[in-house]
Amino acid sequence: MIEFRSVTKQFPDGTRAVDSLSLVIPSRKTTVLVGSSGSGKTTILRMINRMVDPTSGVVEIDGDDIAGKEPVKLRRGIGYVMQNSGLLPHRKVIDNIATVLYLTGVARGRARGRALELMDTVGLDRAFADRYPSQLSGGQQQRVGVARGLAVDPNILLMDEPFGAVDPIVRSELQQELLRLQRELGKTVVFVTHDIDEAFLLGDQIAILKTGGEIAQLGTPTEILSNPADDFVSSFVGTDRGARALHLAPGRFGNLVIDGTGRPAGILVNESPTEGPSWPGQTRGPSTDGR
Amino acid sequence: MSWLLANLDMVLSLTLDHIWLSVVPIVLGFLLAVPIGAIANRYHLVRGTLVTASGILYAVPSLALFVLLPSIIGTQILDPLNVIIALTLYAVALMVRTTADALADVEPDVIQSAKAMGYSTWGRLVRVELPLSGPVLLAGMRVVAVSTVSLVSVGALIGVNSLGYLFIDGFQRNFPLEILVGIIGTVVIALVFDGLLVLMGRFLLPWSRITRTNGRLIVVQDDPVVINP
Repeated sequence: MIEFRSVTKQFPDGTRAVDSLSLVIPSRKTTVLVGSSGSGKTTILRMINRMVDPTSGVVEIDGDDIAGKEPVKLRRGIGYVMQNSGLLPHRKVIDNIATVLYLTGVARGRARGRALELMDTVGLDRAFADRYPSQLSGGQQQRVGVARGLAVDPNILLMDEPFGAVDPIVRSELQQELLRLQRELGKTVVFVTHDIDEAFLLGDQIAILKTGGEIAQLGTPTEILSNPADDFVSSFVGTDRGARALHLAPGRFGNLVIDGTGRPAGILVNESPTEGPSWPGQTRGPSTDGR
Repeated sequence: MSWLLANLDMVLSLTLDHIWLSVVPIVLGFLLAVPIGAIANRYHLVRGTLVTASGILYAVPSLALFVLLPSIIGTQILDPLNVIIALTLYAVALMVRTTADALADVEPDVIQSAKAMGYSTWGRLVRVELPLSGPVLLAGMRVVAVSTVSLVSVGALIGVNSLGYLFIDGFQRNFPLEILVGIIGTVVIALVFDGLLVLMGRFLLPWSRITRTNGRLIVVQDDPVVINP
């Protein structure tokens, strides 16, 4: 469990990225921090591995104040995946994945063996092991990034808009892959995005952030959709524009689900969903559906 | 030609002197400039001072420096050390700015990610930032190598032997062939050094070549894969 207790971060130029934030991030669940730019979501994420230190307040991991931990050591025990993968361009894929293992003194042979296993885990062909990151597509690089984040089998995985820079088809693939991984591994995932649909898809718990790191609403996707806390949340998730006000229209193969703008969002079927987070119905909104 | 054959021993010995007088400043200059450049890059307060000072240093004429050094550091006037120290200073002057700029150009994303992986500040500099500066450092060293090889000749004017001696001797005796041998020898040394640096780059920085030669579109297992721009 990660806990923020009245945490404030003020940068030297005077901007308050986060203002007395209190937040509990449960273990083995995916918590998504969603907000537009300037909402302090990345700052919050980086306070968990001490990339950023709070100006005041306490961040605890499993009851221990992390201010007392050595940053370099702390970071080696927490997985981190970022946008544009952040891979080291001068290291082969296999060595990129094994980076943290090397840093923690795991023998080279064992580290590489583990890296190959991780390539299987994230669905990367082992043939890519000896390539350099620049020889991979954006989606493949992102998989390498995830494998690297998982290398030391950390309890906590921090993901900073990891799928923000890939095209929609690859993004959707990577999102499904992450859901699968999370079912298998059960990490404490903290995921930052500005895409509310991505948040609804991946999050067990979602924190919608306003400017200054203020939490507008914290809850499950169902709670947020069915009972938005205020106008800001309504507007953010799209209920105010009617974008999520779905209705049924008869179609040739069953009932079509039509969103508030009159576009078809999907087809209503009778089976209940068999995987993924709990949902009120089969429809998932316009951009995450389509299957 | 017969002059060259008759004086082959002297030419070879001057060539060895020339190589020795160039290699030491090139290597020393690199070893000194990289830490200074790294300091300049890390501490913004001293960056301006260090980079400007090294720039001004390069503006001091080499002959003046050769002549002044003995009175500054107390060496003998004919000591080859004067040339070595002066040329090391020039190498440092060129490489400090190059190193500082190269380090400053390392992708911020990569630095952030290295930090997040748990690299210490020192580890990050040595294992990530310097290797990634490699291609720029190499380009800088190629300039340093050629410029040093050429400047060594000037030392002949203060009596430190190198292929430069052939210029002076050939000029005084009005004997163009000797001058020509000196020039060709100097150019060959410069080309060999440059070639060695390029080879070292291929060996030490294999990743930079792949990125460059493959451009944006490469073939991976028969599927065209578009590289992320």
